[in-house]
Amino acid sequence: MVEKYKAQYGSGLEAQSYLGQNYFTVDRSLIPDLLRRLRDDEQFDYCVDLTAAHYPKREKQFDIFWILYSFERNERVRVKTQIADGESIPSSVPIWPTANWLEREVYDMFGIKFDGHPDMKRILLPDDWKGFPLRKDYGILQQDKEWVQINLGIESGQ
Amino acid sequence: MTDVKDNALPNAVANLGASHLDLETPEHPYLDSNELIINMGPQHPATHGVLRVILKLDGEKVLGTECVIGYLHRGVEKIAENRTYTMFNPYVDRMDYVAAVSNGLGYCQAVEKLLNVEAPPRANYIRVILTELNRIASHQLWLGTHALDIGAMTPLFYTFRDREEILKIFEKYCGARLTTHAFRIGGCLYETYAGFEKDVKNFLTFVAPKIDEYEALLTGNRIWIERTKNVGTISAKDAIALGVTGPVLRASGVKWDIRKAIPYANYADFDFEIPIGQNGDTYDRYLVRMVEMRQSLRIVEQAVNGIPEGPIMAKVPKVIKPAPGEIYHSIEAPKGELGYFIVSDGSTQPYRLRVRPPSFVNLQALDIMVRGQLVADVVAVIGTLDIVLGEVDR
Repeated sequence: MVEKYKAQYGSGLEAQSYLGQNYFTVDRSLIPDLLRRLRDDEQFDYCVDLTAAHYPKREKQFDIFWILYSFERNERVRVKTQIADGESIPSSVPIWPTANWLEREVYDMFGIKFDGHPDMKRILLPDDWKGFPLRKDYGILQQDKEWVQINLGIESGQ
Repeated sequence: MTDVKDNALPNAVANLGASHLDLETPEHPYLDSNELIINMGPQHPATHGVLRVILKLDGEKVLGTECVIGYLHRGVEKIAENRTYTMFNPYVDRMDYVAAVSNGLGYCQAVEKLLNVEAPPRANYIRVILTELNRIASHQLWLGTHALDIGAMTPLFYTFRDREEILKIFEKYCGARLTTHAFRIGGCLYETYAGFEKDVKNFLTFVAPKIDEYEALLTGNRIWIERTKNVGTISAKDAIALGVTGPVLRASGVKWDIRKAIPYANYADFDFEIPIGQNGDTYDRYLVRMVEMRQSLRIVEQAVNGIPEGPIMAKVPKVIKPAPGEIYHSIEAPKGELGYFIVSDGSTQPYRLRVRPPSFVNLQALDIMVRGQLVADVVAVIGTLDIVLGEVDR
């Protein structure tokens, strides 16, 4: 599988392994093409999780991860790509409907938009909350004071 | 409801915005069957916490739903980034607080994997015993509350009475009943107390006939069958597409359990079966969980009889500083696949810790499970999904 994709995508795709877990580091342009092929051709029919990580010092600030599982192969694989702040990425809801809430959570926590998502809005935080808490520049005690004061009628949520 | 893609997961908001009750205009008589939007929750006894469901109804028929969640959001993943690996350990108990032991097992094993250490065999046996007891306790709580939601009150008293015995074992083992913090990274902190094995064996003989009692109340009960058969059906294909795991997936006929598929701890040493259903309805999910309780008893019995001597803690450095890298580890929690994805940057704190919560992902299936059904069935389906809002919202 790895050879096949390497031959096709060339330098855009790198296959690695850490502590026995395999993952692809891929160029953003391969999303969602590669994801769709992983589902259709390699039976990765279950999207376990979709999440992100923030690296504020990097030029491309965000890592996005897809954790996929194939019932057929009994195998997990991770796909990882990088995007810059303000950039969006194609939604994988058409590939795995389960990505719907997972992508909303990534948007809620990191502010990464997914193109083509049917309902791109916050999921855990209130709709009109400002800021994205899981970004590294968002402090652990930080909160949207204005929201708290208006909606809860208290000075601070701390 | 045959194909998820056609059904394109609900854009309930757009739908909700368009409908309204217009009683003012004379051409709409009061008895006209207009669509009606009602809010269920966040304070509602049948939502098992602070879940709010916006229902779009045509009379009693559900046309669509939207879940509003986050009322219990505490930023667990943010907290993790600001705590050391050891300090974060007790926090995971507060996610799925009715199955705290499972949460702890998943977290400890994920960090162990990142450190590349293995818990010693004796620790694994203790872990399996407590985790499986916790699975039974979680299923008992589910059964009691689910039956209560549907109108059967007796099972609640039965299951809570019997669950108490498990909590007593937890309390004797580690001092806590719910948020146990029973395991540590590398193994267990506590040795088993004197009489632990006897207590567990007594519990096994005590609870087996009790499970028969629950079944005598419900399995053949006409009202129970009417309320659960063909209610909230989800096909195997839809369940996989929606990432549903645990008993909900198995009731749809997919024979998949992480304890068998990707064994962790020492589950590979034990004989047990994975029950599956055929129809993927609420009744099948009930049956699957009942069998699971009995299978858990089988595992506990084998484990408590085979518990080896030896150390209970692997060699783990005092200051936990995993090498930079990423790891995903998941276990079969009572509710489904509970995963931890940890990114380490080589420091004492996780750079990023993501929890893959089974309840959160399973709850997403609520919409296609209740479409076309009655309002009363929404209550049954929320119950059968077995969600814990502490885990949905984190």
